[in-house]
Amino acid sequence: MNRIKAFGAFWYDFVIGDDWHVAALIVAGLGLTAILTHVAGVNAWWLLPLVAFAALGWSLLRATSPRK
Amino acid sequence: MNALPLILTVFVACVVEAIEALTIVLAAGITREWKSTFQGMAVALVVLAAITAVVGPAIAYLPLTPLRLVIGALLAIFGLQWLRKAVLRATGYKALHDEASAYLREVTAAETAATESRRGVSDWYAFTLAFKGVLLEGLEVVFIVITFGANQKNIGAAVIGAAAAIVVITVTGIAVRAPLTKVPENWMKFAVGIMLTSFGTFWGAEGAGVAWPGNDAALLVLVPVVALVSAGYVFWLRSRKAAVGAPARQSEVVSS
Repeated sequence: MNRIKAFGAFWYDFVIGDDWHVAALIVAGLGLTAILTHVAGVNAWWLLPLVAFAALGWSLLRATSPRK
Repeated sequence: MNALPLILTVFVACVVEAIEALTIVLAAGITREWKSTFQGMAVALVVLAAITAVVGPAIAYLPLTPLRLVIGALLAIFGLQWLRKAVLRATGYKALHDEASAYLREVTAAETAATESRRGVSDWYAFTLAFKGVLLEGLEVVFIVITFGANQKNIGAAVIGAAAAIVVITVTGIAVRAPLTKVPENWMKFAVGIMLTSFGTFWGAEGAGVAWPGNDAALLVLVPVVALVSAGYVFWLRSRKAAVGAPARQSEVVSS
């Protein structure tokens, strides 16, 4: 059981890293891009870069703000 | 698309990982025993080659659109991790990755460990230290080679970039026989983070169905924009830190 946990922890750290919010925002951004493109017919090429910049900024802000 | 950006990106990313693996291999070889260290390194390289040989061609058979969606997402997440660490290090919120102190840590641990012979290997500690170091750092190389190579339908070019990096660092390591402390690792990581984030965003959005203005030429705009925004974050955090007077938090663990 411990080995399975360690294996899972390794891959979580490898893919997701220090801040899971970044990964969640990228996945949400991709989902929204797909909806806008396929359902609303909007060629939303600009959305994912904006989400990536916002995710990085938010993650940096969280990492550098004093803990309450 | 021209294979040169692909080869260069993989080359720089692999140089960073190879330097970290070299530090561990040197610590094992110099402190313990070279034969067992080389055995551990060789077994790890065989495992990594097997993963690339199996997963690389298998991925090439998958349909391109879902492949780009998944790989784009993974690359963007991976790239943003690298950028986040590089920005925090560039602004002093996180300690710089120091090959000299990493080497010292490994040497201290290696000097105190007992010598044990196992499965035909005379020094099991040196073997496992070299094996784990090369395998873990190499996994990131394999990930980058496979994702970039599969998306560009050019695994060969990605392998050339990775192999060139490994040869350059190995030859330099043999010549210097010390950890490569003078390499500007953080700035290289910064550059790789920019490339991974840009390519990941580009392919991910393509996989989600968008058509980029100018097709592949959009990358020529996207890469500098990601670099500018990242530089902007460095400037912003430095100004903020200067205004506050001291780093807000130094608690993040130093890792690769």
